Order: sequence, then structure tokens, then C-alpha cells
Amino acid sequence: MAATNPEVARAGTGAPRSPLSETWRQLRGPLIYLLPAALVMLTVTFYPLVFQVWMSFTDYGVIREEGKQTLNRFGPGGLPPANYRPPEGVGLQNYTDILTNEPSFVAKLGGNFDFWRILGFNLWWTFSNVGFHVSLGILIAVLLNVEGLWGRKIYRAIFILPMVLPNIVIATVWRNMFDDQYGAINQLISMIAGSPIQIRWFNQIEPPIPGIPLPLSYYAMLIANIWLGWPFMSIVATGALQSIPKEMYEAASIDGATGRQQFWSITLPLLRPAMVPAAMVGIVMTFNLFHIIYFMSGGGPLGRTEIMVTQAFRLVNVNQLYGVAAAFSVLIAAVLIPIFLITNRITRATETYDG
Amino acid sequence: MASVATTPARTGSAVRQGSSKSGRQLKWWQQALYQALCLFIGATVLFPVLWIVSMSLDPRNIARPTELNLIPPGASLDAYRQVLDRPTGNPVTFAELAMNSLRLAGGVALFALLIGVSAAYAFSRFKFPGRQYAMIAVLGITVLPAVATIAPLFALLNGIRITATLLSIALGIAGLLAAGFGLLIIVPAWRSGTAVGSTYLLGGVALVMGLILLVTAVSPPANDIFILRNSLLGVGIAMISGALPFAIWNLKGYLDTIPKELEEAAIIDGASANQIFFQIVLPLSTPALAVTGFLSFTTGWTEFFLSWQFLTNPQDFTLAMALYNMTGQYAGSVPWSRFAAFSILVSLPVAIVYLLLQRYIVGGLTLGGVKG
Repeated sequence: MAATNPEVARAGTGAPRSPLSETWRQLRGPLIYLLPAALVMLTVTFYPLVFQVWMSFTDYGVIREEGKQTLNRFGPGGLPPANYRPPEGVGLQNYTDILTNEPSFVAKLGGNFDFWRILGFNLWWTFSNVGFHVSLGILIAVLLNVEGLWGRKIYRAIFILPMVLPNIVIATVWRNMFDDQYGAINQLISMIAGSPIQIRWFNQIEPPIPGIPLPLSYYAMLIANIWLGWPFMSIVATGALQSIPKEMYEAASIDGATGRQQFWSITLPLLRPAMVPAAMVGIVMTFNLFHIIYFMSGGGPLGRTEIMVTQAFRLVNVNQLYGVAAAFSVLIAAVLIPIFLITNRITRATETYDG
Repeated sequence: MASVATTPARTGSAVRQGSSKSGRQLKWWQQALYQALCLFIGATVLFPVLWIVSMSLDPRNIARPTELNLIPPGASLDAYRQVLDRPTGNPVTFAELAMNSLRLAGGVALFALLIGVSAAYAFSRFKFPGRQYAMIAVLGITVLPAVATIAPLFALLNGIRITATLLSIALGIAGLLAAGFGLLIIVPAWRSGTAVGSTYLLGGVALVMGLILLVTAVSPPANDIFILRNSLLGVGIAMISGALPFAIWNLKGYLDTIPKELEEAAIIDGASANQIFFQIVLPLSTPALAVTGFLSFTTGWTEFFLSWQFLTNPQDFTLAMALYNMTGQYAGSVPWSRFAAFSILVSLPVAIVYLLLQRYIVGGLTLGGVKG
């Protein structure tokens, strides 16, 4: 816990002071460094968040019976336009509408809205994806770590490709790959089957596996996102694998442990410290993965594959219900904060740095 | 649990060690099995990439692909030519779209770096009251999805409408401030003869940003009333909302890995906190600045939902918006060869830089934020 800068060093050796001047003394050094970022974040990050909470209790931007309401408080000449009406407080109505799937509210959104289904699908989407990412990532890292494997460097170079391409391009390319008429996937399946097969990946409503209420588009997006996600986990696992001393494996094989036993009792436990934080990052990222869902299925069919972030965007972009969207975003935060706190606890990310 | 084996330096060196070690021979059937597995994985990884490349080269400029072929008969670059000329239905060229994306991504990345690095330094090296809470606040923001703040940002930025003259004045003041800040960094360091590359880099960046703002301020505006929401500047401000916490967090992660001994030695030699920051920490964090800047840039380069929601003038449109116009329900009106060529053109600059910085990026991703 050595003092790292002159200000702190001086404060440490000085005579005892009143708490307030002590606080000031400690703040004086970092303040000049923090000030620009603090000012910018207060205006563009924290103020909008506070404003969002206020918005969530109003009917901000709601479309009036008589005609379309404008959000513009300032028209030409600085005066409010004729169809401007200040947002009115509605109490908790936005929240109760969302949480109880109030029928008239759902009808306003086109009838496919179900908060609990969206939340459930989002969680399932996240954990099924990250599960595949982590297990495939570890297995492939172990495979590439086999001594004496030819062309290891080339494989590593190829396997990084999905990480290199922008998400948005990956999502759009996979959308077209799964196209029912012209997509490469159906053509590939037809080639293997020897007869033309047309799977309607994004439009088939009946779940392909009876009993599991997940539409075909979920599986298409799962494939695309597995393709996208495992290389990152594999790289993290590779880094951790190579810090495992070889002697451990040698000792284990002298004791007569099989390869499988070595994997379960040496490799996996020693990968854990590296994989847990990476999986946590993966969980938050996948939970918020806008691009794959929005560009591939667009939430369809019938909103069955909608996740929280795509629904939030739809509320603003399509429905123009700003107050409802704000309430919905507050609910997203309410879901994410526990996940964040658990992550923070496990990775100890904000703990003091002690070198 | 705290000793996660994924600090940038360690991951990097570990990978290098791994590829250089060789020894034991595999049995032939093991080698064959592993090779088959690796080839299969390689094929799945390469399949979409090859598909899109082959389609982009197809000389028939096919509206719809009906068969799979690796190298289309008589490959040509026609699709690229058409896409560069006019990618969407709007009368804008690829260069104009790319320029908008570049301005957005570059501006956001530079601004976030410039402001973020000093805050990251404060978080990494100073102990002060409230530090823990401030850090949790910053990290907490990086967990929130950017889409979830779109409603208030839209409403707030939509409320800011000023006349063109007022805009010029505001931009001019901002430009002068940024340029002055740049000079403030460069000139004293240059005079004392202690300046290093990164001091010039940081100062230069501020100076360039200031000049860009000044040029924008004196150039004639398109409309009488300037709506902040309906402009690239507004989208940029909305992006800063998430990009700045991400930059601070990412940079802090890197700064934490820089050993303190150098700074302690400098303190003994009588260096001030400012001297340490500019002459020791900044030069050492050049790779971190490059990676964080690049990640922010990529986010901006492919930013979709804010631009899609905010912008209405075709001359402001970005690459990501054009890409959306070529896929999904819109795919019917655009030949797929063009879509393929367009996605390759969008990915290429980002992919190349990613490969160059790869070693640093991977470590940073686990240390740093999670904003998608």
C-alpha cells in the first residue's frame, strides 16, 4: 500500500487535520484529472439516466387522439408548436402496463408483447449461448494445445476470424445465409440431401422440436452466435492453459491418470480462474446483444425471439412511446444490476489496486 | 481468484511460448483425428467468409444466389464498382457514407481517449474519498446497454435547437478551447525539452479536433434552425455517453498493469504528479491508448441504432444504416453481390487494424468493459 504520488505521501506524514481539509487534501491531486471526465459524464451520461427515470413516470411522447403530438418544445421562432403538449405524470402506469401485459397496452404495440416471455427468452438466450461459447472455447483450446499438432499457427490465425469482423456485418451476412430461398445454409442442406429443401428459418412459427417453445429462428441465431462467440473464449482458455505447468500432467500420468481424468481434475479446475470472469463478460455482452437479434430475426416470428434491448429500441423507433420505453429501460437496468453486482463480486473489478 | 491469467502482457507472451514449443510426436491416427477436427472447425469458420467473398466477385452481379460455388465463373470487381458509386437508393456515394462514419467514429474515439485517459490515471493511481463509488458508477454504466438510454437522449438532444449563428459561435468556442488545450500540452513540454511522442500525440489530437471544430464553425450551415438530435454531432454526443465510461474503464485496467516502481523512482527524483503522468504513464500506455481508441472507433464505425433513430437527412447517413437497407426485409431490392461487396468494404479497415492490435485487444477485453 505504498503511497504513489507526492500529494498522498505528504498527507501521510503531515500532522492530523480536520476531516474536511483532509478530504480536500486527498481530492486536490486527482481532481484536475477527474474534472473533465466528471463534467462530461454528468451531462451526457448521468443526467440522461436521471431524466430517464423521470420520463418513465410520464406519458412522454404519447400520440394524442386528435393527432400526432410532437416532442419539440421549441418550434420555429423559439415558440412551442401547436401540437406540443408537455408530458403529464402517469404515476406507475407505464410499469404496471409492462409488468402485467395490460391488454389494451399490448394491443397498442401490435399484440406480440409479453414482458415475462421476453425476459425468460433473454435469459435462456444468454445462458444457452455462453454455455456453448465456454465449452466449445475450452475444447478447441485444448485441441490446439496438443503437442505436435501440425499447422497450429495456421489454425489459430483462421480461428480468430469471427472476432475480427464487425458484429453488424456478421449479423447481416448470417441473416442472408439463412434466407429461405437463396441462403447458403438451405443450399448446403439441399446439396447434402440431394433434393431441394427449403427451411423457412425466420418465418416458421411452429417450434421444430415439439415440447420446447422455441421457434426455428432461435436455432438459426444460436448457430450464428456460437460461430461469433467461441473464439474469444478459446483465446482466453489458451492463455490460461499455457500457464499450467507441464509437470502436473507428467506427475498425473506417472500416477496412472488417464487423459480424461487429467482433463477433469487438472485442466478444468486450473482454467476456472480465467474462464469465470470471461464468462461473466460474455453473459453481459450476450444479454445485450442487439445486432444478432435485430438484424437476423428482427424479434420474429410473432415477437418470440425479441430480447430486452431490441424491444426497448422498438418501443422508441416503431411505437414512439418514449415514456414506456424509459420505464422498460429502467426494468432492463433492474435485471442487469444484480448480474453486474455478482460479476463485480466474482471478478473483484472495482477493488483497490495494490500492485 | 484475483490472479486472473489474462493480463495483456501475460496472454501475449503465453501465446508466443505456446506456438514455439514442440517436442512429442503424435501417433498417426491421433494426428489424423485432430487434423480432421481442426479442418472441420476451420471449414465452419471460413464458410460464411468464403460465401460472401465469392458472391461479391460474381460477374453476373446476381440478384439472388441459387447455387454454391467457391470461385464464380469469370470473377470480376463489378459489384465493388457499383457499390462504391451508389450503394443504396439514396443519392449518396460510398465515400460520403464512409466519411460520415469516419467522422462519427473518429470524433467519438478521440474525445473519449482524451478525456478518459486522465480520469483513468486518477482512478488507477490516486486514493481519494468516494473513489470506490465513482468506479462502481463508471463500471455500472458500461454494463447498461447503449440502447437502453436512447429515449432520454433522443428527447434531450431533440430539445436543443439553436439558430445557425449561435451554433457557429458555440462550435468556435469549443474549437478554440480544444486547440488551446492542445497547445497547453505541447508548448511547455517542447520548451523544457522533455516532450515524448505521446505528449505530442495527445496535444496534436486536441489541436486537430479544435481545428476541425473551427472549420465546421465557419462553414455555412444547411438549415436556419439546427436540431442537435438530427445531426452527426448529436449522435456523437449520445455515443460519448457510453464510450467515455468504457474508455475510462478499459484504460484503467491497462494502467493498473503498469508497474509502480518507475513512478516511485520518479517521485524520489522530485517529479510532480503532472510530470509523472505526461512523461512516464502516457508513454507507457501507448498500446492501451491505441487499443481503446480502436475499440471505440469500431463501435462508432458500425453504430446503428442511434443513427437510425436520430438522423433523417440522407447526407448524414452512415455505413451501418446503408448496410441495414440491404438486408432482411429490404434484401429484395438490392442485388446480393452488392450487399456482399459492401459488407466486405465495411469490414476490411476494421479487420486489418484488429489483426495488427490483436495481441493487446484480447487481454483488454477481459480486463475492461463489456459495452457491445
